[in-house]
This record gives sequence, C-alpha cells and structure tokens, in this order.
Amino acid sequence: MSNNIRFVQGNEACVEGALYAGLEFFAGYPITPSTEIAEQLSSRLPKIGGKFIQMEDEIASMCAIIGASLTGRKVMTATSGPGFSLKQEALGYAIMAEIPCVIVNVQRGGPSTGIPTHVHQGDVNQARWGTHGDHAIVALTASNHQDVFAMTVEAFNIAETYRTPVVLLFDEVVAHMRERLVLPEPGEIPIVERLRTSVKPGVNYHPYLPREDGRLPMSDFGGVHRYNVTGLYHDMWGFPSDEPKIINELLHHLMDKIEHRTNQLARFKEFYTEDAECLLISYGSSARSAREVVEKHRQRGERFGLLELLTLWPFPSDLIRQKAAGARLVVVVEMNMGQMCQSVRLAVDRPERVFLSNRVDGVFISPSDIEKTLHLIQGKGV
Amino acid sequence: MAVKDYIRERFFPHMWCAGCGHGIVLNGLIRAVEKLGIDKSAIVMVSGIGCSSRIAGYLDFHTLHTLHGRALAFATGVKLSKPELNVIVPMGDGDALAIGGNHFIHAARRNINITAIVMNNRIYGMTGGQCSPLSGYGTLASTAPYTNVDQSFDVVQLASAAGATFVARSTGFHVQQMTEIIQEAILHNGFSVVEVMSQCPTYFGRRNRQGDAVDMLKYMQKITTPIGSKAKEQNPELIERGVFVRKELPEYCSAYDTVIRRAKEGK
Repeated sequence: MSNNIRFVQGNEACVEGALYAGLEFFAGYPITPSTEIAEQLSSRLPKIGGKFIQMEDEIASMCAIIGASLTGRKVMTATSGPGFSLKQEALGYAIMAEIPCVIVNVQRGGPSTGIPTHVHQGDVNQARWGTHGDHAIVALTASNHQDVFAMTVEAFNIAETYRTPVVLLFDEVVAHMRERLVLPEPGEIPIVERLRTSVKPGVNYHPYLPREDGRLPMSDFGGVHRYNVTGLYHDMWGFPSDEPKIINELLHHLMDKIEHRTNQLARFKEFYTEDAECLLISYGSSARSAREVVEKHRQRGERFGLLELLTLWPFPSDLIRQKAAGARLVVVVEMNMGQMCQSVRLAVDRPERVFLSNRVDGVFISPSDIEKTLHLIQGKGV
Repeated sequence: MAVKDYIRERFFPHMWCAGCGHGIVLNGLIRAVEKLGIDKSAIVMVSGIGCSSRIAGYLDFHTLHTLHGRALAFATGVKLSKPELNVIVPMGDGDALAIGGNHFIHAARRNINITAIVMNNRIYGMTGGQCSPLSGYGTLASTAPYTNVDQSFDVVQLASAAGATFVARSTGFHVQQMTEIIQEAILHNGFSVVEVMSQCPTYFGRRNRQGDAVDMLKYMQKITTPIGSKAKEQNPELIERGVFVRKELPEYCSAYDTVIRRAKEGK
C-alpha cells in the first residue's frame, strides 16, 4: 500500500486521475499554471502506448482531442485562463456534436493575460457560458489532491456516460501545492467505458437517435458504420438540418441530458451543515480556508458549517436551497468578484442573508480574511 | 464501384450553385479513391466551414464537418490516434489559408500523413462573395468594392516552404490530371497539399466579369500550363500545374511510434 502514496502537485494528481480513468490521447499547448499536466503526460502517455501531441495553439489542441475522441479514445486537454477563452468555440462544437472529452482549466487571474502565476477563481461563469449559444455544461472542481484525482476520474466517467465535454475547473493553489495523494488500486473507483452501438454492419446506424434513456451509443471512426458529424443542427443521421422541429428537439435534448440530471451530477462535501446557523459555501482551494474557519468556530461551540461544492455546473440549486434553509447566514467564499455568490443568491429562499467573502488580488484567501468578512457582516447586525 | 456508391444520395441534391466547380472536385476525388480501391470505412474526411466543406457530408466515408479553419487540427487528432485511417481534408481558400492558416503551416511542418485539398475559387462563396487571401490584387469582391489591395498567397510556395512533402496544383478544367494528382497525394506518406483551382461563377465570376462557368473553366485552361513548359518560359505570367514537391521525410505518426518505443524502453 505504501507504494501507492505520492507527494505531488495538484497538476500531477490530475494526471494520475486521468491515466487511472483510461486517458489515451492528450493534445495541449504550454500555459501557466497548467503546463505540468502536459509535461507529465508527454512522458507518461507513450509509456502505455497512448499519444501526446503539443499542438500549434490552444484552439488546435481542443480540436485535436475531439478528432481523437471520435476514433474511440478517451481524451483530454489542459489549459489556463487565456487558453480556455481560445478553446470556447471548439468546446461548443463538442457540446453540439456530443463528443466525450475532458478540458482542464487551471484558473489564474484574468481578464486577459492577467496574472499567470497567482490564484483566482474567475472562470466559474466562463465555464458555464463561455461558448456562444444556449447549452448545458458539466464543470467539476476540487480543493485537495485526493479529490483532484477522484474528480478527474469522475470527469471522464461523466463525459463518456453523457457524451459531453466536462470541464475540470482547478485553481493555481491546488495545482501547484504539494500534498499527499493515495493512488487507489485498479478497480477501487469504477471506470465508465464508452457505450458503443450494437447495430450490426449493413444495418442503418443513427448516430444521433437517442435511446429511450436518452443515451446515444457511439461508433468509432474507422469502424463499420460511416456517418456524418457536424457542429450544425443535425438530424438523426448527423446531417445538417434547418427544420424547426429538429432544431427545437436537438437543443432541448442537449440541455435536458445535463440539466435534468442536476441532482444526480451534484458532487459535494459537507461539514457540520445539519444544524449550521452560519453556512459557508465554497469550492476549490478557497474551501480549505473556509473549512479551517468552520472547525475553529465549532471548537468554540458555534454552529458553523461548510458546504463544499465539487460540481459547479450544472448548478446544484436544490442542494443549496436545502442546506441553506436553516441558516441565519450564508457566506460564499471564493476568489473572484462573486460569481458563485450570484448563483447562490438565486438558489436560496432568502438571498438577503447571502454574503460574499472574497479576495481578488492574487493572494490566497486565508482563514483570517474570512474572519474579517464575518466581523463586518456581524457589525451589520445580521 | 460506381461513383454513386461513394455518395450519400439521401442528402442530394447538393447545395452548391449551378456551375460551381466544387462538384468537379467531388467527382475527381471519388474517381481517385475508386482507382485506389480504398475501403470506404478506411477513409475519414474532415472539413471546415464554407461551400467547399460541404463536400464531406455528401460522401459515404466517416465524415467530420468541423469549425471554420480548424479542419486540419481535428484531422490531426483523428490521424494520430488511428494512423491506419486515410485522412482527407478538403478546404476552401479562406478556410485553409485565412482563418486556418496557422493549422495549415503546422500540419505541413509536422509532415503528418494527411491529404489536404485546397479548393481555390478565390472567394468566400457561402457568405456572399467577400475577398479571400487568394482573391488576388486588383480583383473585386463584396468587401473590396474599389478593388482588392491585398496580395495573395501562392498555395504551392506556402505549402512547400512550410514543409509539405507533396505539393501539387491542378484545375477543374484538367480533370484527368486532377484525379491522378489526388490519387498520388493520397498514396503519399506524409503531408500532401493539392491546390485545385475551382470556379465560383456566382460571386467571383460575376463580379470580376469572367463570364459563366464554362468561360471560367476555359480561362483556367488559358492561364495555366504544365510545370516547366515552353509556354511558361515565353509567358512567365502563366500558372504552372503539376507536382512541385515530392520528397520523403519522417512521417509524424511513424515518428511518434519511435517515441512510444523509447518511452517503453525507458530511454
């Protein structure tokens, strides 16, 4: 068992998780603070017969993984801030064409080139709405390396199950911090393999005709079924269509397959939430400080609790409403100008009780930063 | 097999204008594949956006209709993950060399075994006749109403300089040559670029007073000549047709197999 214990960066935990999940193809482009993922995979993938390619830019990396996914591979790309912006068009393509793939965005400070080597969590809403047009997306995060590993495996499982891109929204602190990672044994975490069609050769295969359960079995490029894939609205053959009925049904299918499973996709951790009068909600590295605050107050006998979100999108509104129902005070802890706080306010019954504790200067939010916010709030007499 | 065995009749009629040159390229491409006898399931056709890119959907291969300019990036993913597949990428001039210019030169540099066909009609047809990087100085377009002052790329020179190991040019008039060149390009083990001069009578032809499709095809006959011909010596303005580059360099996917071997051996 001791052979399975590593002392690694978060980026390395992500690499371990991806390989555990069955990653076979990675395309990327150097960018801080995600570069270690590409570096590690350039060494690890060929050892298992997988493929690594450094593409000419971020756009090409995203496109290449989509192409590789269609041949039946499990695929991933990794980037940060500006690179995530560049990938948005092809991310939309993967949503529209329903291509399983995983996109890691190790967040740094923005907008623009921003602050490459410091921490921010400013891409929460971009992960949701970055690509144009109505769509649904899955975005996961983690605050420690064991969860980085687990959520990376989860990202692949969700991508393959629902034929969707999944965004892993990590941040610079988690990515570069070193801590213990215990590698699970093979089989310890279930791995989802792609659902492939059972349609026989010579029989019509409809790549975009959902089964009754909404799932679309795939057929690998190079296999017996030849079909079209496009980013245009398309019929069950994958052929472009401008028929209003087809457009309407496809958009609803793309939204519903994710949004209708919001509760099922909600991954979270909770600490003392049951009787919490003051509920902290956080995610990513911020949740580490939030937890410290909660533990300290609990030791003093104060009813503090923490809800740590691992699934950011689809936004677990029901979960938030339920956990916040008994709280006098809800404090969202994050390193941006209140992106998640906004969603929390929309979810809860009493939005006037929701406050933001943030830090946006590139410095990691500390427990004392959160305490300062709490004092301010209490000074308001809540 | 007959030509119709390669098309998806269900999706016809096609969406191209009467007189469009892209149908000639489609036909030439099918004939090339037929002569080579490649299994349809062993071909992946990846295209971008534009009139030319619709060619993929009409063909009974594995077809991937992608984003504007990005076809070669998607194709690189397909090819590297399954090198046994034949990957053919038809692109328009704007698709390949304006928005897709970076992917074009880098695919050429890598020498990945992909066949790129640039269907050059010197215009953005689908959006209504705007100038492209191949329209040429002095031409007219809907975004160059006072004549175009942009210089053109020369596809052959650009591809050669970027490292493509097979570079050729033909036209929609010279269908036999075009078919033979596409055949050779598909067989070539490396990145191959075939420029096929194609006519857009609807936008380029009409605005630049080049007449109808037949006139435009005859014009291609007039302004082109085989590589190294006497006619070229006498009239340097003529555009040469034929195979310009045919050389061997390590192919990317094969080279990556070496990487895998080294990684496994721990070297």
